[in-house]
Amino acid sequence: MIAGPRSGFQSRQLGFLSAVVSVAAVLMTPPAADATTIERIVSPGGIEAWLVQEPSVPLIALDFAFRGGADQDPVDKPGVASMATSLLDEGAGEYDSKTFHERIEAKAIQLGFSAGRDHAAGSLRTLSANQDEAVELLRLALTAARFDASDVERIREQTLSGLRRETTSPNEIASKRWWSTAFPGHPYGRPVRGSIQSVPTINVSDLKDYMRRVFARDTLKIGIVGDIDAAAAGKLIDKAFGDLPAKGNLVAVPVAAPQGLGQKIAIDLDVPQSVLMLGGVGIPRHDPDFMAAFVVNHVLGGGSFSSRLYREVREVRGLAYSVFSTLIPLDHASLFMTGTATRGDRAVETLEVLESEIHRLAESGPTEDELTKAKSFLTGSFGLRFDTSGKIAEQLVQLQLDDLGIDYIDKRNSLVEAVTMADVKRVAKRLLDGGMLITVVGRPPVTAAKGG
Amino acid sequence: MTSFGWPRVRGCGRTWAHRSGQRTVPFRSFSHRSLQAAARRLRPAAFCIFAAVAAAVMVAGGPAGAEGPQISHFSLDNGLEVVVIPDHRAPVVTHMVWYKVGSADEQAGKSGLAHFLEHLMFKGTDKNPQGRFSQTLATIGGQENAFTTADYTGYFQRIAREYLPTVMEFEADRMTGLVLTEANVPPERDVVLEEYNMRVANSPEARLGEQVAAALYLNHPYGRPVIGWRPELEKLNREDALAFYRRFYTPNNAVLVIAGDVTVDEVRRLAEKTYGKVAARAEIGPRMRPQEPAPVAVRQVTLADPRVAQPSLQRSYLVPSSTTAKAGESEALEVLAHVLGSGETSRLYRSLVVEQHLATTAGGWYQGTALDDARFGVYASPLPGVTFAALEAALDAVIAEIAEHGIAADELDRAKTRLVADAVYAQDNQATMARWYGAALTTGATMERVTSWPKRVHGVTADAVRDVARAWLDKRRSVTGYLVKELPSTEKHS
Repeated sequence: MIAGPRSGFQSRQLGFLSAVVSVAAVLMTPPAADATTIERIVSPGGIEAWLVQEPSVPLIALDFAFRGGADQDPVDKPGVASMATSLLDEGAGEYDSKTFHERIEAKAIQLGFSAGRDHAAGSLRTLSANQDEAVELLRLALTAARFDASDVERIREQTLSGLRRETTSPNEIASKRWWSTAFPGHPYGRPVRGSIQSVPTINVSDLKDYMRRVFARDTLKIGIVGDIDAAAAGKLIDKAFGDLPAKGNLVAVPVAAPQGLGQKIAIDLDVPQSVLMLGGVGIPRHDPDFMAAFVVNHVLGGGSFSSRLYREVREVRGLAYSVFSTLIPLDHASLFMTGTATRGDRAVETLEVLESEIHRLAESGPTEDELTKAKSFLTGSFGLRFDTSGKIAEQLVQLQLDDLGIDYIDKRNSLVEAVTMADVKRVAKRLLDGGMLITVVGRPPVTAAKGG
Repeated sequence: MTSFGWPRVRGCGRTWAHRSGQRTVPFRSFSHRSLQAAARRLRPAAFCIFAAVAAAVMVAGGPAGAEGPQISHFSLDNGLEVVVIPDHRAPVVTHMVWYKVGSADEQAGKSGLAHFLEHLMFKGTDKNPQGRFSQTLATIGGQENAFTTADYTGYFQRIAREYLPTVMEFEADRMTGLVLTEANVPPERDVVLEEYNMRVANSPEARLGEQVAAALYLNHPYGRPVIGWRPELEKLNREDALAFYRRFYTPNNAVLVIAGDVTVDEVRRLAEKTYGKVAARAEIGPRMRPQEPAPVAVRQVTLADPRVAQPSLQRSYLVPSSTTAKAGESEALEVLAHVLGSGETSRLYRSLVVEQHLATTAGGWYQGTALDDARFGVYASPLPGVTFAALEAALDAVIAEIAEHGIAADELDRAKTRLVADAVYAQDNQATMARWYGAALTTGATMERVTSWPKRVHGVTADAVRDVARAWLDKRRSVTGYLVKELPSTEKHS
């Protein structure tokens, strides 16, 4: 899977989905929807969702998200959102943890929750025959999670165990140091899963407070795909989400730009393979330059096996197995990141190759051939994001979180096509010339590296 | 928008690529997430996927409307097997070629060769030199990758349906036309060494996993890592790769699996036009690997690594695979693995984590999709202050309880429901379907074995689960591995 924006659509070749902007009255007069349309539905209770009907497989995939993830953690208690969402399927309503899990298991339901930096998200997969039970368990998890003391302690211990492992993981060390350096004093500078110091201090009232502030209908986005019609979907979402409070209460998070650009931080760790992480300022999702940046990123280190970084780092020099670059447009900051991992004695060389490729692309932009191929790849591969119910449900939520409009997938490929050589040259400079904050974990440390 | 914050659904079957510390080794990996997928868990998730060689064709009495697609299976004159799995929901196709060769087919001293060749298969052919295949995919917007296990090697592309003829032509050409040079082989070996560093050398859990497998298999090549032992891997060369290629890459040793927006007639016509033109170039005899003698000794290995901040225990038992088991045993082992070790309702989790407060996590798995005798695993990570002795005693007691008294009716029902439902969930994902069929047919299963899977799982009884626990989860059939920060001083010198 490629980390990066998941947006846009290929309609020329892969017209699986096309948008139908439906109406609020859909439940009274269902449109002639078929498997190729996205419907905007509004439930009798007034909750909006995007729906794709797909009756040929007897499943329902439901994804949803709320604004407010780890960015809502108390300043001195990172890890609250992560811990709260980890506990939602550990008992709710009259069912203790054991009973709750057994009920999920008995109907082969898949239910999961997680917290990222900006959002809390959930995912439900059920055989359509079991949807009533699935939705009831979801409702309970969302509105009546128990947070019983024994379950809280168990999840706390699991979290701490994971955090202990991370203390000697080069990837985690590189990542945590990058974020804490780039965002001092900002929620993004704090670890999403918390720290060995913070997790023991989190108590049930912290968890309940997070739920109250975040799990509300005003920022809820829902995608439903599968063997269900609009009327049934409306009832389903009312049942699952109707008991949530109408409004949440989010702490305002300031917009931030990554700090420390131009710095290189070397961290000594006795591992055979050094991990390199570089990050700078990206392009916001709604910036007119976003799509050009998306193309530039593809040329540099995006998803195909022909990117510049892939060729120069992996294929020509054999420096690494994995090398990537990606745009990360968060809600309160926009980032561009790249990274790889290589043997310690070639870390300096690898870093030089990365920096030199970034510099070269910033200076000269892509070639005509690269631009053509990148656009062709990005338009041609778009449909691959829509071949399972689960993937489509994810896309439906993401499009709503990004506020791109229900017709975006029809427009997306033309937006890619519209990117010109002048655009990518300008945006390559904007994206790649601003300097990077670099963390490298391994041995020997890379302090001898030139440039930086 | 980003890879952060997306829900990970618990349970099996949703993702399969890019895991570390497992026996499936994909060719390339891009995502930051995969870069960071250091072995956090002791139980390789891929085992979960392939544990269930589940059926697409539901038996009568399954969930309503769950009949699944009409799957076709035929062979070309040159011996190539073809499986077609129609899914017309999206104009997308998953095209896979599976070779019945993996690391267990390597000759001694050449460990890692099957996987190394898999990497080299992207270097180009006479007809399509210098990665033209990948460049074409990079232009049309196709995804591609490859993977190697002990038993099979697979290559796949995911594309818009109209490009199916194009990729079939390229893949058929690559079946026999590979060209390797002294220039492009050594850098790729360095790439594989970095893959080894990433998956194994940087991960204490994975290092221990290698030692446990090696100690478990006294004679069978399943004991050596798919990625190879480093000193042998460093010496693999162009001639090794080409010899292996010529011996095993031939249409009569391959299975073509095409899932997605296709019809069987169309695939047959295209397959005859492309793969059908490739002459069989090697005789493929039965796959005979050195087999395991009956295990007799309880074995323990301890791996110390200063980076171990959370100790853990993992144990593997030598058990029958789906292919080597007597009728019903493999299915009972699947159910046993589920009841004993899958998720929070499992016996191990309930007992060790919830009730006795000995572990932060605990579970088990069965990797039944294998040509020869396979592995059944259990694992646990102790809470601070809990000794391995206490943890292991509790673990042994859970297993002994099932071996003695079997499982409850509701446990049996839940496990069967979940295992059979996985076959329905699989229908939502053409790539998952393709992998199930490909993995089954390259590990000795027939189509009938795949399609009858739900029915066979339905037939498992509580007694059968007790019996397989009794027969196979015998400590003398096992190796227990301990991961520690440092060895007790008494064990350092002898």
